Amino acid sequence: MAKQVKFLQGNEAVCEGALYAGCRFYAGYPITPSTEVAEILAARLPKLGGRFIQMEDELAAMAATLGGSIAGKKSLTATSGPGMSLKMENLGYGYLTEIPCVIVNVMRGGPSTGLPTGPGQSDVMQARWGTHGDHPCIALTPSTVQEQLNETVRAFNLAEKYRMPVILLTDEIIGHMREAVEMPEPGDLTVIDRKRPTCDPKDYLPYKPEADGVAPMADFGSGYRYHITGLNHLPDGFPSNDGKLAQADEIRQQKKVDDHYDEIVVVDEMMCDDAEILIFAFGSTARSAKEAVQMARAEGIKVGLFRPLTIWPFPDKHLLKYKGKVKRVIVPEMNLGQTALEVERVLKGSPEVEGIFQIDSEPINPITILNKIKGGK
Amino acid sequence: MSYDYSKYLRKGKIPHIWCPGCGYGIIMKSMIRAIDSIGWEKDDVVMTSGIGCASRLPGYVDFNTLHTTHGRSLAFATGVKVANPKLNVIAMGGDGDMTAIGGNHFIHACRRNINITCFVFNNFIYGMTGGQYSPTTPKGSRATTAPFGNSDNQFDIAQLAIGAGATFVARTTTYHAVPMEKLMKQAFEHKGFSIVEIIAGCPTGYGRKNKLASPAGMIEWQKEHSVAIAQWEKMSEEEKAGKFPIGVLHDVEKPEYVEAYDANVGLS
Repeated sequence: MAKQVKFLQGNEAVCEGALYAGCRFYAGYPITPSTEVAEILAARLPKLGGRFIQMEDELAAMAATLGGSIAGKKSLTATSGPGMSLKMENLGYGYLTEIPCVIVNVMRGGPSTGLPTGPGQSDVMQARWGTHGDHPCIALTPSTVQEQLNETVRAFNLAEKYRMPVILLTDEIIGHMREAVEMPEPGDLTVIDRKRPTCDPKDYLPYKPEADGVAPMADFGSGYRYHITGLNHLPDGFPSNDGKLAQADEIRQQKKVDDHYDEIVVVDEMMCDDAEILIFAFGSTARSAKEAVQMARAEGIKVGLFRPLTIWPFPDKHLLKYKGKVKRVIVPEMNLGQTALEVERVLKGSPEVEGIFQIDSEPINPITILNKIKGGK
Repeated sequence: MSYDYSKYLRKGKIPHIWCPGCGYGIIMKSMIRAIDSIGWEKDDVVMTSGIGCASRLPGYVDFNTLHTTHGRSLAFATGVKVANPKLNVIAMGGDGDMTAIGGNHFIHACRRNINITCFVFNNFIYGMTGGQYSPTTPKGSRATTAPFGNSDNQFDIAQLAIGAGATFVARTTTYHAVPMEKLMKQAFEHKGFSIVEIIAGCPTGYGRKNKLASPAGMIEWQKEHSVAIAQWEKMSEEEKAGKFPIGVLHDVEKPEYVEAYDANVGLS
């Protein structure tokens, strides 16, 4: 039977993905251009037995999202740049305490209020390094409305599997555009639930990892009484001032992600096999890049598109294949060169990275990218 | 026969970090007795806290305990409670934690009337960072950041809670350990947002700078300056000067947040 196809807005597709993944709690605060996520889930969640709450501020929204997850519900919050800045405090808490949840950042420009209704890709480095301290990070960058849905499901799966907050790093263009979306039936997409303990409660150690580096997580109220703290802690959850143990635990957390690169990192490589020029683009900019690549190919130029759906961890392994192989690498992005820094780090000058950086609240046009391809260095 | 606290304590986590003469141990013991007397199962109790001396309490007691970020005790507690309203949620923090950095969460938890019990440990000072003035430090008092005496006006935490919409508001002191237990139990029994403000001594952070360094002297001060609410209401303004009322200051019924939400959206 043919799949049901719906004409959805990008933010709406995030909601469909969240509900498909089993999200039953949302805590948020209104902010353009993410507000539709809150509005839709306020209406939809109660019909599925879930609850929605509009909190007093973004700090509280992040805190309540974590609280909902600790109580056992798959939890979501959505925001944009200024709100993301405020969420950083409790996002860091979520990393250190290993609480699964999904944070949607519908990017606009910045800093501060910036150009609130226009698109941007200004939060790439904030997603990775915005909260203080070292921590693992998973951030996904969809480019289509279909991917808004599918990648939201994947974000929940990664959050649950690796017991950590996961960021869906999208932008105003994809958040607000409408496209046809093939709706998944139950069972079409994998849905992962967190590991919960099965041991005797008196033997439960909430931070003692199993072979995959992840410890089972008990819901508060499920009979496993334990302690959660934002202080560095031992496997039993209680604080410790032992710096060496703190270091070992933070490295263990980082390795949860590093050791599972192949399961986490997804890259769409289009026409890259024979490419002499590589375009590295994500999110809405990748849509323009795709069109530019197709136009250039029509003129016989050997150019390919490298489009990460996982921006963090950075797709080093995928990108290294092109080191010394392609003659040029072009990074178009709606910021002043954040992702380009990472591409440079990986390619180490082979070749030099050429940027198309734009923060005028307009999408980067395909023709701009095509001109760069044709114009040479 | 003395009360046996061992059922509720994480004995391996004692001794606690509180200074000699700190009032917080009295609060912890009263709270344990109150939970025991209401008969809640340990598995069904969630305790949240922020950052500071008061916020270390959940680490010492055998419940589902959540030591969060500075000021965010009630924000986390709200998420837990809305996601699973069957849990008995107790949120705590100090005066700085709850009414300075967490002030916004405090007033909004009051406004929602969510069925959480909130304990504010008010010792008039930031203790853990070494004695800086808080929103409740009396005007003129010394603090490390008020070397010439505090210029700020004070919050009256109980009045703030009443103004913001809390439906059960009580105040007590660490001198009144037994009445404290009864007030806490009443707060637990109340459906809606309940708060107990507990005046406590900080001999190290507050007392030393304000000629009140003796723990016993600070408890004497609490006894001498607190007035039962029934008596308070009969006193003249002159008699009230420098004193504060204790007991149940406010007790009204209003729809509880999660119940009202569920009824409104059709969740049974």
